[in-house]
Amino acid sequence: MMQPGLYHILFISAALFFIGVFGFFTRRNLITMLMSVELILNSVNLNFIAFNKYLWADKLDGLFFTIFVIAIAAAEAAIAIAIIINLSRNFQSIDVEKTDEMKF
Amino acid sequence: MNDFFILMKPELMIVAIIFILLFLKLGKGLSNNSLLLVIQILLLWNFASGFLMNATGHLFNDMYQTNAMMSLQKNILNGGVLLIALIFTEWFQKCEHLSEFFVLMLSALLGMFFLISSGNLLMFYLSIELATIPVAALANFHLDKKVSSEAAMKMILSSAFSSGVLLFGISLMYGTTGTLNFAAIPALLDGSALQIMAFVFLFTAFAFKMSIVPFHLWTADVYEGSPIAVTSFLSVISKGAIAFVFISTLYKVFQPYHTIWYSMVMVLSIVTMITGNLFALRQQNIKRFLAFSSIAQVGFILVGISSNSIQGTTSVIYFILIYIFSNLAAFGVAGLISFFTGKERIDDYKGLYRTNPFLSWILALSLFSLAGIPPTAGFFGKLFLLTSGAATGSYLFIGIAAINMIISLYYYLRVVRAVFMDTNESPVEKITIHPMTRIAFIFCGAGIVLTGIMSWLYDSIKALVN
Repeated sequence: MMQPGLYHILFISAALFFIGVFGFFTRRNLITMLMSVELILNSVNLNFIAFNKYLWADKLDGLFFTIFVIAIAAAEAAIAIAIIINLSRNFQSIDVEKTDEMKF
Repeated sequence: MNDFFILMKPELMIVAIIFILLFLKLGKGLSNNSLLLVIQILLLWNFASGFLMNATGHLFNDMYQTNAMMSLQKNILNGGVLLIALIFTEWFQKCEHLSEFFVLMLSALLGMFFLISSGNLLMFYLSIELATIPVAALANFHLDKKVSSEAAMKMILSSAFSSGVLLFGISLMYGTTGTLNFAAIPALLDGSALQIMAFVFLFTAFAFKMSIVPFHLWTADVYEGSPIAVTSFLSVISKGAIAFVFISTLYKVFQPYHTIWYSMVMVLSIVTMITGNLFALRQQNIKRFLAFSSIAQVGFILVGISSNSIQGTTSVIYFILIYIFSNLAAFGVAGLISFFTGKERIDDYKGLYRTNPFLSWILALSLFSLAGIPPTAGFFGKLFLLTSGAATGSYLFIGIAAINMIISLYYYLRVVRAVFMDTNESPVEKITIHPMTRIAFIFCGAGIVLTGIMSWLYDSIKALVN
């Protein structure tokens, strides 16, 4: 069986990144948009681990970075969800199209 | 160990203040007025101590570095936070969660300090998150207002997205260079396509945070919706910190890519100035107007950054010092009027001079400084930015910047005309200004006038940059 190489993993992580970007721009539900950002962050984690394993196996920077990214992503999601909960109380909706108090 | 305390003094001071505030909150013994006074004294102490005992050195395996220039940059931000605490005295006295507000604001400031001092991409990422996440919570401080929660939502989503982009850039940079250390990166930049893409991603994240034009869309909404103390923090302190870091990253870490980023900075600068100006022309809300004017100012900062010289760094630091004084004064007047009367439209400012001459003069002075009219410091700030930009020899670029300065005169003076010349049957009523606010305004006004005249200031900043 063929072992996956660096290029396979980089392809997956790039695909994940752009799926995240696409989701962020097309989805209208705030929670789904947040999930898309998480996809972006996970693609980054994948990138770091792949680079660390295949290119810089003697270093640990990439692994550490991944751990920090996961922690920060959790913190960011906590704040974002708190804000979204408050927003849903004010607007009775979590649709970005409905949050249009300010324009141009 | 002694090293640690001396080198990290600015950060440790902020941490100490955060802890004091948390304990004061636990005690519940203080009224809002006395708590605010304590905070103001602490911030004054913090600002004053920022001038003393500044050392140069590295810590934590080069993750943290500091020198005289970084200490100056941090202290400029300290001064800005002190001014915010003084200007919005009355808003803070009525504020329900005062100590939480300052805990969040100072955490963001701590993040900015680490950002300025970071010597490693990991440190850089962590501190940029620390500098933005609390600000999103701050933007939501009017919990029951629709605009406030909308602003916070836009802020957190765009900052999360931009940090995702930043991280993707960092990961590719790590893949191509194998290091996260700023000092080691320049030697390893070989100009491969992947590396240039990584650089573009990093640049994009900076552009998001600094609200450079294609990535500026969150700015106006966040500025309009947030409480005005938060808006002034975002537009002055945050933007200043990111500009400091942007310039040091471009000049030190990405120096080998100078030719690439020069054209990027030039194009973005032109687009930013033009878009900021054109949108500022049509604004009626004063906060939105100041938001777009601050986007246009970022365009001018980019002119200075494009120079790639010591003079460029100096002029950006000098300009941000002036920008703090003038923008905080403008936001302060707008905040005061909005707090007491709820009026935020520029038309409501008609006839302000008849009822509130002091506020009118401060507003006029700050707007003159933002527009860059000679006796005020803003003129010298922009002059130095443009001359340092002109050193690269692209006079067309500088010409466009100069034309944009003239366009910006129109909309700044439109507000000044409304304040001084237009008549109004129901002008803003007389506002009694709190003594602290008055002190802060006088300090801002003195800063606007004197910073330009005292020529040794520019030279001493330049000596520090060297």
